[in-house]
Amino acid sequence: MKKTYKIEVDCANCANKMEEAAKKTAGVKDAGVNFMTLKMWVEFEDGTEPKVVMQDVLKNCKKVEDDCEIYL
Amino acid sequence: MNKKQKKVLYRIIAAAICMVVLLLLPLGEGPLRLLFLIPYLIIGYDILIKAGKGILNRQVFDENFLMAVATLGAILLGEYTEGVAVMLFYQIGELFQSYAVGKSRRNISQLMDIRPDYANIEGEDGSLLQVDPDEVEIGTLILVQPGEKIPIDGVVEEGKSTLNTSALTGESLPRDAVEGDEVISGCINLTGVLKIRTTREFGESTVSKILDLVENASSRKSRSENFISKFAKYYTPAVCYGAVALAILPPLVRMLFLSLTPEWNVWVFRALTFLVISCPCALVISIPLSFFAGIGGASKAGVLVKGSNYLETLSQAKCVVFDKTGTMTQGVFEVSGIYHNTLEKEQLLEYAALAESYSTHPISKSLQKAYGKSVDKSRIADVEEISGNGVTALIDGRPVAAGNEKLMKRLGITCAECTEAGTVVHMAVDGSYAGYILISDLLKPHAKEAVAALKQVGIKKTVMLTGDRKLAAEQVAAELGIDQVYSELLPADKVSRVEELLQEKGRKDQLVFVGDGINDAPVLSRADIGIAMGALGSDAAIEAADVVLMDDDPIKIAKAIRIARKCIRIVYENIYFAIGVKVICLILGAVGIANMWVAIFADVGVMVLAVVNAIRALSVRKL
Repeated sequence: MKKTYKIEVDCANCANKMEEAAKKTAGVKDAGVNFMTLKMWVEFEDGTEPKVVMQDVLKNCKKVEDDCEIYL
Repeated sequence: MNKKQKKVLYRIIAAAICMVVLLLLPLGEGPLRLLFLIPYLIIGYDILIKAGKGILNRQVFDENFLMAVATLGAILLGEYTEGVAVMLFYQIGELFQSYAVGKSRRNISQLMDIRPDYANIEGEDGSLLQVDPDEVEIGTLILVQPGEKIPIDGVVEEGKSTLNTSALTGESLPRDAVEGDEVISGCINLTGVLKIRTTREFGESTVSKILDLVENASSRKSRSENFISKFAKYYTPAVCYGAVALAILPPLVRMLFLSLTPEWNVWVFRALTFLVISCPCALVISIPLSFFAGIGGASKAGVLVKGSNYLETLSQAKCVVFDKTGTMTQGVFEVSGIYHNTLEKEQLLEYAALAESYSTHPISKSLQKAYGKSVDKSRIADVEEISGNGVTALIDGRPVAAGNEKLMKRLGITCAECTEAGTVVHMAVDGSYAGYILISDLLKPHAKEAVAALKQVGIKKTVMLTGDRKLAAEQVAAELGIDQVYSELLPADKVSRVEELLQEKGRKDQLVFVGDGINDAPVLSRADIGIAMGALGSDAAIEAADVVLMDDDPIKIAKAIRIARKCIRIVYENIYFAIGVKVICLILGAVGIANMWVAIFADVGVMVLAVVNAIRALSVRKL
């Protein structure tokens, strides 16, 4: 399953870091951040609950870039 | 500017004033210099907080952390002004970046502001209701007033008007819409009220599809974007390790091997200069921004590019393969000439139109169209259709025969030879030959210019593929100036021809296939870049192609290539420029020529120039 979320982040490099962090989160098959449109798409592993996984994604993103937000 | 940006701006102004005042005061070298910590904290407190959080999260290569280390280090070494100035410039740079990016984001979305906000539905009492287009079901009658956008695809049931399609096609010439015409969403209704029966849901309508496509286009990353993200990943750590080495190694070498004083201060300060340049932001921001602007500019010109990667491939196009019918020709059969006529051309055409008036064949239709007047059927008698040959009839009492060579032979009449491409209708009146009418698929008005324009942008080879007869195909190719032509092909043959061409070309050259999207989807996806044209409303074409030309003018192919080239040129300019300046700063910093001031100034300057340069990709009108 693939979902798209609106995000808030200030710099392009931070967006890249968020992408890396999201990709490494358990339950995430693949992810991408589009800095220009401020959107993040996440493809979830089968049998995972997106809502739960997204909490971890947000936590991991906050770790690499404190000043970011994902609108769940 | 938003609230966050304004706050930063005020802090920058406050810190700058404070700094200037302190510089003017005679503070001396004493502890009074600690006053410089005031502007430092005003401008840098958030960076320090973020740096602290970064440490807790073990993010050593976090830019805030590095900036904090560099400036605090400078202050500890007694270089107060440098510490404050670096922080100040850093914040100015960040502010500019976020402002510029926000602005171009808005500009580009404005450019694509074709999303209709509402649809009008007529209520039972005749009043108009504005509803969310998402809620309109298929088959609903909607009303579009002059000046409004058509919100949903449909068919005109009542009214007539002219439509401005420029938001979709980049073409400013208005298009007429009358009862029974299919109209697409996103066009602006110019003159009359239209009642439209919707044929699709809003989400499936042209305008929604286009917006989706453009918004998602920049998610498909190009090679240069991937290169930059990779570069950024290694660049910061590399520079940081370089800084550590610069702080430790030279003093040790001086001390142990050269028996000089170690000069720790000098080398640590130079190392801190390194940290200032370690943020790769200028690079990381300018590349996707260039692509975003390029894709936005292209869509304004009626060229939809489905991803940054396609823009990159398109810029390297060296060979362009066309489909003939519908791409270079209009796909509509029309009378293109009347030859060897013994009667007036008009009269010959009139006889042909009358004689063929009972037939529903496309040829007959094109004759009727060329004749232009309504047919008075009382003038026709004794119509006899000879299948596969033509017709004979009595018109105004004169025997008229219209058909192919076989018909003429059958009637024992010798007819003129036709060497031109197209379908020929021979005519005989009163039992003697009266000339022939040539009916052919007309070339698009800009087809010839389009091929010439492609040559001009450096396309090495143009090829045309067609299912038509060899004679017709070669004639068209010669007229257009196309290098190579393959005729009498079945759809499957087209794929294998393109595969052959793909093998012939150089490794770096890219092959473009241009088709009208009808039954050439396999070829569109097989080529390096598939361009579908006149794709308004055709889902299959939008699906299969990488680049979609919204109108069917082939001259846009060269334009698309020029847009792609400009965008890629800007991308490379930014890559070389930003990396170049950084490398120069690193070298100058290491040997002590550039201090922190120069470093931060160069860094912010590069970013500003790179962003401004990136936005240039948006303007494509003159291309």
